[in-house]
Amino acid sequence: MATTVIVGIDGSDPSKRAVDYAVSLAQVQKVDLVVVHVIPWSPYSFNTPSENESRGEQKKAEIKAATSQIIEPAVAAASSSPCKVTPLVRHGDPVDTLVELARDFDATAIIVGRTGDSRVKRALFGSIPGHLVHESTIPVTVVP
Amino acid sequence: MEDEPFFDRILNKITEIVFYPINIGGVDILPIVVWLIVAAVFFTFYLGFLNIRGFAHAINLVRGRYSKPEDAGEVSHFQALATAVSGTVGLGNIAGVAVAITLGGPGATFWMILAGFLGMSTKLAECTLGVKYRKEHADGTVSGGPMYYLRDGLAGLGLAGLGKVLAAAFAVFCIFGSLGGGNMFQANQATAQILSVTDNEGNTTLTWVIGIAFALAVGLVIIGGIKSIARVTEKVVPFMAALYLLACLVVILGNLEKVPGAFGDIVSGAFSPEGITGGVVGVLIGGFQRAAFSNEAGIGSASIAHSAVKTNEPSTEGHVALLEPFIDTIVICTMTALTIVISGVWEDGEGVEGVALTSSAFETVVPWFPNVLAIAVILFAFSTMISWSYYGMKATGYLFGDNQVAENVYKVVFCIFTVLGAVTALDSVLGFSDAAIFLMSVPNVIGLYILARVLRKELAQYRAKIASGEIQRVK
Repeated sequence: MATTVIVGIDGSDPSKRAVDYAVSLAQVQKVDLVVVHVIPWSPYSFNTPSENESRGEQKKAEIKAATSQIIEPAVAAASSSPCKVTPLVRHGDPVDTLVELARDFDATAIIVGRTGDSRVKRALFGSIPGHLVHESTIPVTVVP
Repeated sequence: MEDEPFFDRILNKITEIVFYPINIGGVDILPIVVWLIVAAVFFTFYLGFLNIRGFAHAINLVRGRYSKPEDAGEVSHFQALATAVSGTVGLGNIAGVAVAITLGGPGATFWMILAGFLGMSTKLAECTLGVKYRKEHADGTVSGGPMYYLRDGLAGLGLAGLGKVLAAAFAVFCIFGSLGGGNMFQANQATAQILSVTDNEGNTTLTWVIGIAFALAVGLVIIGGIKSIARVTEKVVPFMAALYLLACLVVILGNLEKVPGAFGDIVSGAFSPEGITGGVVGVLIGGFQRAAFSNEAGIGSASIAHSAVKTNEPSTEGHVALLEPFIDTIVICTMTALTIVISGVWEDGEGVEGVALTSSAFETVVPWFPNVLAIAVILFAFSTMISWSYYGMKATGYLFGDNQVAENVYKVVFCIFTVLGAVTALDSVLGFSDAAIFLMSVPNVIGLYILARVLRKELAQYRAKIASGEIQRVK
């Protein structure tokens, strides 16, 4: 059975290179790819009543946009891969969700692009790849 | 409106009828408060103290212990609770408690806590039914609340005519209540706070400026759809609430040796008050009344807010909602009460009451805190206005079949009333607005009684699913 690698993408240039890297890896080793975009969402944020009311529709719209703008181009780029490519869109904390997916798919590695946040943002919040490296129990590859 | 004494008279008359006091043994008892308390006691017993038995489960729901991965991205239980709480927590928690203690002594706190505990059952009832009978529109948005369970729930029991009347009455009262207590009263008190801390009392021009500024801010959110303002408020309000509780703790911890005594005063004052008009009954009614004003249990407003949650089990929202009176009355009001009792300001406060009394309690330990309190009052008022504008809009939507024009007219009227609330000192209008909010409880509670069996069945099947393991914790 082929092993699985999780590829976390956000539509940025580094994340496109992460997909390319994952594809090249898939050609050498026999791995399946799970290409996932996590829409940042927290169950503990604060909303207005009208935001709550249309949340269900909003969620569908977000998934549709992420699928057409981020996931589909990535899947097209990965079509040269000889292995299975599973596209996914999830809501949640990007780091926690990637770690959970890796566990659910019994993945052997996670590949993400470098986010390239500003110094200030990095100092305040840290970066997603940075957190991922700390949280993950399997190897993480950060593609520049 | 000053030159319309006729209008004034009508408003005053309605207020008088709603708040008509019945004098029993020298104590003025308000039937509308008794109405709410009786409902809360009834549902506490009828549902077998589910407000206590379901408490741990409610906490687990809010912590997401039962949320499935596919629920991510929807409105979480925490978000529904937070939205409803920010519409409820407000001046009642700061000013109302002070009023209760001024009138009834520390003992009023005891009865407030008891009322909050009983109110948990009413909230559980109205929010479960709110989700059970909510309507999903063609565009995927959802509407729920007493209008829908009164109409459709009663129709299901063969009482379609009565249901329609009660639902329409609720919607009309809700519109008035939203314009009054949910808007004018808030704008009025927030403006008074701004004038007070800036030493500008009596400055009419500034009153208009503040009123128009409030109306613009509200208008940008509800008409302009500028969500960022509302979002900022929704984020700052919990922070202010935390800061407020922290300040209470500072006062309480700074006077730690007085805490056992304060609790003693609260308990002994509840059963054998000294020098209070009406004795035990007077204290009891005062405490119950302020709690009802503060947590809105039985009014039906929270049911509208909770109906937005995507859940297959209406009972989950009912359980989550029972935490509201707990947070609002048992936690926040008790902290305010302890602060006031411990600081001793209620004994020597000559003529000082309302927000000013709470403010002076903080001043004894943290001299600059009244300024922070003023900001908190303004933000609480603003978030309450945003919530109530939504409740009023849903009621308008119900009455006019979700007619966009009617909803837009309502929004404009709402903003006009914000300015009126800030500049007016008309007690008649403010009294009426309070009355309208409480009138909402008349059709709502009648409906709750009629639907009590449906409710108990709904809750029982849910509890059975948990007991049998059909519904399990996922985390």
